[in-house]
Amino acid sequence: MLDLTPSQTVGPFFAFGLPVDGGGDVVSAGTPGAITLHGTVRDGAGAPVPDALLEFWQAGPDGRVPTRPGSLHRDGRSFTGFARVPTDRAGDYHLRTLRPAAPAGSPHAPHLAVTVFARGLLHHLFTRVYFPNHTDANAADPLLSALDEERRATLLAVPDGGPTGPGYRFDVRMQGPGETVFLDLSTHGLAQPPAATTETPA
Amino acid sequence: MSAPQQPATQREVSVEIAAAAGAPPLPGGHPDRAYGPYRSTALRAPRQPLVVSPPSLTELAAPVFGPRDVAPLDADLTRHHPGEPLGERIIVTGRVLDGDGRPVRHQLLEIWQANAAGRYRHEGDQHPAPLDPNFTGGGRAITDDDGRYRFVTIKPGAYPWRNHHNAWRPAHIHFSLFGTAFTQRLVTQMYFPGDPLFGLDPIFQSVTDEKAQQRLVAAYDHDVTQAEWALGYTWDIVLDGAHATPPDPDGV
Repeated sequence: MLDLTPSQTVGPFFAFGLPVDGGGDVVSAGTPGAITLHGTVRDGAGAPVPDALLEFWQAGPDGRVPTRPGSLHRDGRSFTGFARVPTDRAGDYHLRTLRPAAPAGSPHAPHLAVTVFARGLLHHLFTRVYFPNHTDANAADPLLSALDEERRATLLAVPDGGPTGPGYRFDVRMQGPGETVFLDLSTHGLAQPPAATTETPA
Repeated sequence: MSAPQQPATQREVSVEIAAAAGAPPLPGGHPDRAYGPYRSTALRAPRQPLVVSPPSLTELAAPVFGPRDVAPLDADLTRHHPGEPLGERIIVTGRVLDGDGRPVRHQLLEIWQANAAGRYRHEGDQHPAPLDPNFTGGGRAITDDDGRYRFVTIKPGAYPWRNHHNAWRPAHIHFSLFGTAFTQRLVTQMYFPGDPLFGLDPIFQSVTDEKAQQRLVAAYDHDVTQAEWALGYTWDIVLDGAHATPPDPDGV
């Protein structure tokens, strides 16, 4: 085993390095079935965090994780499965995507994988967005089912109509009351890799 | 939370850095998110322990990047404007590997940095140093079959920040990397050898293990240096690699 390169904070000045045009458009406006996901990132004092960056990665409604190169590129047609959104001055973010389905053989309920970066965060945080309508799958999910009610609620998106149609709210509390459940995913060998990787139709 | 206080002196922060240096390093040499000498951690590090969870199938896959995402000139930060930027032109190259030593092929690297005067092109940077009209400071590259990357840029300057009184960041380039699994995501900073600010900087020192610190420092490499043109630095990056990763999909 080689020794890993340690993490360092993303700092306050990533705005010209990481965000991309259309970074929150996992699908283009008007795509059938599109939903919005939005929320606010808050710190331990409850104050909005205006300099966080969130990334989302997900399977599509067909349960396939995109394998086609071009995850940053927005061509107005493709479901890329990947979003990168900085928070604004009010600590808010939003993206437009499709509801995920669980990949074949997944022990987990449908979810979005999330990475949180921010000034003051020396190592990014992983979390997940689950959806409340998957009652049975959520009850069987190995992560959700191991959490108490209060902590589990931090991983569930809340349907709220959204600003422009069907939408969900998912707030991130970095610290303090209602602190979001953050994950250590370094456990090895307990989940099986996908049996097949299939290209998502463009 | 406590009321604003007089900023700490470097001496006081250095005492905190020395005290924290004795803590056993975390796996991988990563910093403790609750590292006190870096003041902004106080309200942003979670208090609850991370919940250990096996990665999902989604997390064992990763976004895939390619020529549609990155243009060839994106890796030469000295050619993003009509004129040459001011400063010391440098080449930064190396390989991206996983923990098992396998090259991370065809994956995205992104960098961003201050200019030669230590100023970022960002509204939040109030350091009274000049902006350079010929330098933005952001770049992208895709690793080759061998996991290799190469950027041409200028050496960034050190700059002050307000963590404590007379706090200065050592010169550094921010790096963002993806592996073949979402769990391998890494954002870090590359430093330059022999910087006198290393011992004083809470962000560099948040990596408390000295060997792990050295893994953040590029090596001057005369074989990379090009005569009459640019100094060369080599920096290899190792991502977590022990996950079961999906096989390379065909055709990508």
